[in-house]
Amino acid sequence: MADRKLRIMVAKPGLDGHDRGARVLARCFRDAGFEVIYTGCHQTPEQIAASAVQEDVDVVGLSCLSGAHRYLFPRVVELLKAADAGDITVIGGGVIPDHDFEMLYDAGIKAVFTPGASLDSIVQWIHDNVEIQ
Amino acid sequence: MREGEDGVYFDKDLLTQSSQLRKKWEDEVKKAVSKSPDQKERWSTVSDLEVNRIYGPEDIHDTDFARDIGYPGQFPYLRGNQVTGYRGRYWTFRMFSGMGSAKDTNQRWHMLLKQGQTGLSTAFDFPTLMGYDTGDPKARGECGKCGVAIDTLEDFMQLVEGIPLDTITTSMTINPPASVLWAMYCAAAEIQGVPLTKIGGTIQNDMLKEFIAQKTFMCPPEPSVKIISDTVEFGAKFVPRWNTISISGYHIREAGSTAVQELAFTLRDGIEYVEDVIRRKGLDVDAFAPRLSFFFNSHIDFFEEICKMRAARRIWAKVMRDRFKAKDERSWWLRFHTQTAGCSLTAQQPYNNVIRTAVEALAAVLGGTQSLHTNSLDEVWCLPTEHAAEIALRTQHIIAEETGVANTIDPLAGSYFIESLTNKMEEEAWEYIEKIDEMGGMVTAIEKGFPQMEIADAAYKYQRQLDSKEKIMVGVNKYVTGEEQEIPFLDIEDRVEKEQMDRLEAVRRKRDSKAVTRSLDDLRNACTRGDNVMPYCIEAVKTLASLQEVCDVYREVYGEYSDPAIY
Repeated sequence: MADRKLRIMVAKPGLDGHDRGARVLARCFRDAGFEVIYTGCHQTPEQIAASAVQEDVDVVGLSCLSGAHRYLFPRVVELLKAADAGDITVIGGGVIPDHDFEMLYDAGIKAVFTPGASLDSIVQWIHDNVEIQ
Repeated sequence: MREGEDGVYFDKDLLTQSSQLRKKWEDEVKKAVSKSPDQKERWSTVSDLEVNRIYGPEDIHDTDFARDIGYPGQFPYLRGNQVTGYRGRYWTFRMFSGMGSAKDTNQRWHMLLKQGQTGLSTAFDFPTLMGYDTGDPKARGECGKCGVAIDTLEDFMQLVEGIPLDTITTSMTINPPASVLWAMYCAAAEIQGVPLTKIGGTIQNDMLKEFIAQKTFMCPPEPSVKIISDTVEFGAKFVPRWNTISISGYHIREAGSTAVQELAFTLRDGIEYVEDVIRRKGLDVDAFAPRLSFFFNSHIDFFEEICKMRAARRIWAKVMRDRFKAKDERSWWLRFHTQTAGCSLTAQQPYNNVIRTAVEALAAVLGGTQSLHTNSLDEVWCLPTEHAAEIALRTQHIIAEETGVANTIDPLAGSYFIESLTNKMEEEAWEYIEKIDEMGGMVTAIEKGFPQMEIADAAYKYQRQLDSKEKIMVGVNKYVTGEEQEIPFLDIEDRVEKEQMDRLEAVRRKRDSKAVTRSLDDLRNACTRGDNVMPYCIEAVKTLASLQEVCDVYREVYGEYSDPAIY
């Protein structure tokens, strides 16, 4: 494993301003020793993909509570692939009904966390599944 | 308490007697706890305000009955503004609703009115909330998802079809483009033949809490407040029954604040608006203050919520009388709408949400709310289905008609605990208010990230308390079953977006584009001159200028604000 910190971008795609979860997670990742970039609200998938590439992150964590995840999440993966950054792990969270999980996994989202997931369980998943490139 | 003398609520004999008895009781407690310890060391509210095992007269010995408590309709209105309480009329049963197209929402509204709802409340989708038209690249995938999509006056006319605007009051949860949606309402009234003096309702129109918590913004704080003052002035002059700002704590709380932060930041926002209108418009405070209204959250900690609402009335009365020298009693009144706490609901075991909402609604009623929205059990997941919305509305009907709590006004007054907690919350709120005053006001405090950071700290602390099980959410970190109850979902189909884009395109083709351009130019010039935008906004929407076209004028003149991403 490389001797640098894991770099994670917490991103809020779309117009939804429900950022409580994203901000709590950003702080939790920082406390867990990750290097955190938080985009703030109202980012387009294009902006998120471009910043992820520029910042050379290992993980992009998307948060959406508006119901628009079916469009926004896959679009981020698609844009990362197009930018030759398909190795960045994309995970998502928010108000995501069970019946959308499969569609998101198929689109390349590696994990989906819904309300009630503990902070530690999310950090643990990242430790278990993401290698610093 | 902050003013006057001590020791007038109880006489000295009673206090002596009480402290003797209390001492005896405390000794008994010590013995009992040494044999069988408490379940936990520290007991606190959901906001982490520490609560004692018991309260007695000594906890409120410095309360002055006439000065601090009194009767309804008497300064400082701790017990309510209205002398008759809920006997004259109950609070307004006002369910927040909106989904899909204007037509879909109009149907839901007619259903709710038929079911006994007494006022309307509009949820808009994110593109509308942010001042974008359906189909704009920034708005992709969002149409109709979290509320109704409105692009032009044509959509608005469909939204209010069959709704008599002179008798039904409508609340619109809209902020950066509040002036535009209100302009559409005014235009719709004109088309229905209802004069502006007859329409009643509320626009949320509270931008400060957007910067603090809800993050729906368009222009920077300073011009945002200017547009709000325009609407307040327009309302005071031409639409006297309209509540032009609903100063909101709801979203502050949902973003993770404590109850005291919600109380303090909301009232300090109110102070900022009043100052701005007086300074910018030169209006007399009593010319507009009676139309300011408030909006609070009712969270799960029952007594804390009741005390918060009581304290809010008392603080506002003092602010308006003493700080702003308002003379009209109606300026001193804090009138408010309440919504039960969305963030207290759980995705797990969703039927439990019915019980949470009932408790929260009961607190709002005991706190003396004027209007109430009760969340539906499925609102963690989606917009409410018709059946879930009906249960939520019936929750209010049961509280009003069956439980007897509306029989008597402010029934918890005089309780040692309630009065003590009310006093404590008021004191802590004043500390915040004074701190923000010292910083130079709320706009400056927001620019420094102060309220945002206070809320972020509280939200993070609470999440950690959940993770460590210091705080419990049933079904989430205790009593977890693993098996989830399946509930029906309201899915907004993706076709809604396509249909709405077609509708907008059709409007664009048929409207007089020269008139649209002219009206937008007029608005731009008015913005540049610093004139009141409202008359120009009304003219623009009448030409079928779209929401985004009007908002783009604002963005052009006033600039755009982006999230400082504080965490």
